[in-house]
Amino acid sequence: MQARILQQVYRGRTASIGFARGPFVRIAAAPNGKRAAGAPDDERRAIRAALDFAGHQLSSLASAVGGEGSQILEFQLALLEDDDFLDPVFAAMEAGTPADAAWTSAFDEQIAEYNSASDEYLRARSSDLVDLRDRVLRALRGADELPQLPSGAVLCAEDLPPSQFLEIDWSSGGGVALLRGSPTSHVALLARARGIPMVVQLGALADGAQTALLDGERATLEIDPGVEQIENFEKRRERHRKSRAAAHAILRRPAALWGGERVRLLINIQSAEDLDHTDAQYADGVGLMRTEFLLGQQAGLPDEETQYQAYSAVLRWADKRPVTIRTFDAGGDKPVPGFTETGEANPFLGVRGLRLCLARLDVFTVQLRALARAAIHGNLKVMFPMVTSPDELETARTIFKGVVDGLQAGRVAAALPELGIMVEVPAAALTIERFKASFYSIGSNDLAQYVTACDRSNGALSKLSDPLQPAVLDLISRTAQYGKRAGVNVSLCGEMAGDPCCIPALLSCGLRELSVNPSALAQVKQAIEGLSHGGTRE
Amino acid sequence: MLETSSKANGLNITGSVRLVHEVGMHARPAVKLTKLAKKFKAHISIRASDAAEWTNAKSVAKVMALRAARDSIIEIKATGEDAEAAVAALVNLVAADFPDSGP
Repeated sequence: MQARILQQVYRGRTASIGFARGPFVRIAAAPNGKRAAGAPDDERRAIRAALDFAGHQLSSLASAVGGEGSQILEFQLALLEDDDFLDPVFAAMEAGTPADAAWTSAFDEQIAEYNSASDEYLRARSSDLVDLRDRVLRALRGADELPQLPSGAVLCAEDLPPSQFLEIDWSSGGGVALLRGSPTSHVALLARARGIPMVVQLGALADGAQTALLDGERATLEIDPGVEQIENFEKRRERHRKSRAAAHAILRRPAALWGGERVRLLINIQSAEDLDHTDAQYADGVGLMRTEFLLGQQAGLPDEETQYQAYSAVLRWADKRPVTIRTFDAGGDKPVPGFTETGEANPFLGVRGLRLCLARLDVFTVQLRALARAAIHGNLKVMFPMVTSPDELETARTIFKGVVDGLQAGRVAAALPELGIMVEVPAAALTIERFKASFYSIGSNDLAQYVTACDRSNGALSKLSDPLQPAVLDLISRTAQYGKRAGVNVSLCGEMAGDPCCIPALLSCGLRELSVNPSALAQVKQAIEGLSHGGTRE
Repeated sequence: MLETSSKANGLNITGSVRLVHEVGMHARPAVKLTKLAKKFKAHISIRASDAAEWTNAKSVAKVMALRAARDSIIEIKATGEDAEAAVAALVNLVAADFPDSGP
């Protein structure tokens, strides 16, 4: 056992850069508050209210979270409406058991049963039961979904599911310190997108801390810091702030040059709302608009009109600048109920991306119709994800042409946009000259994952899955060089484009177009200008 | 191969169908099946591969507990005014491998 040590500094790994100083809030794995039991009638009312509350939370969360994880939430919602499951709880309460004890015991049996299953899938579902059990218990004990975080609090947990991160109000700042976790996890992606500092893999911490300093740049957590520590922390924070401010000033200057050539910086967005980011206006266009968020809506798969509106909004914003929209990239780690295959032994190597769209023309053609109609509003390019063979591109092109012809025959304004592919399957990168596309967009996250045979969410492999591996850079370089020779535009839209450490390597590979999160735009431009090869400005 | 049948047996309507879903009766299929079952007034029971016990087809916990594997035969039994429609709809759902736009 570790005694409480004052002014302890813990080191982890950076998942999201930034600084947080404030109260230290430890989230326990399970709620452990006490509540006083009332008469059976009151208990019944209490649990009904808690079940309703949990149901509302889950429904609104399902619509906010969208495709990802919504399957799990659906299952939890179904359990809340399952009389066979709830009856024993009410029966136990009738016999005088307090509501929380009755609720917990109903679950413990089920959880044990799931845990003992020989089926791995069923065992994994036991964590959903734990999640639901604790959600209702929190409601029953009058606690909010999560303790209300004091402004700027540093939240500490073993790990944090993305759904919990999304439930927290981060508007007044704060940070996340995880004892385990991984910089490549989904919650880390979310933290970076929201600009919330996050340090992971901190290991064991002493109990009972009151305040903390979280430095996402040095990957340190200091608990109950002394005056001197706070002073040093504030100095580092100020340095960071100044360097960011300088980066923002850079955004207003003309395009960055490298070796005399202009480097175009575009943005990755999930939906039109991401364009509200103050830096988005400085982008040279949209390099990647993901469309999976449309699949997360509750009323099933999105209709043509909904999609048309979503795409048109971005094209109107971009005016004459290019907008590259990626067709549905579901499957892999992005399951969508009613669309993606279920029960694939290895979803990352399964029916995902364009493979899935070509298998589900009912869904694909609706998207293509919406895209063809939106194409008349701006400079639209459409790219297909997970392309492995040129046949897939040609099949998709033929279908798209058919869709455009059909619309025009019906006197609907439509156009066939430029078509390109994501380069993320090594087979495509190795034989890039076989793909007759208008542009190539390198998806370095999946490319690195497939080239290194490392699951990118597995923190234990983060060294091996480094995107700066020579093998990955070789494929990026091969694609960029071929693009230059053949006059095909090449860009890169993975996480590494937004990482200043990777920029020199990417430019050396021959890339002159990068697409990054709006929040990374400034520092990427700053990184390019800071390179010794940076030439004179335009 | 798909096997479907349905017959009136006294007041019970029964049907059977082979589970083609790759991973068996897991969360997503179970949620769909119970949601559909709840749309009917009939009392609906379900069992997998000649199990002795019938279980409530409107309970997602019970349907998950069937642990029905791929290729097991799912039997559905219903009594009540819309029993026939219920059995037909549920058999269709399983036979069509739980499509998104259910009946």
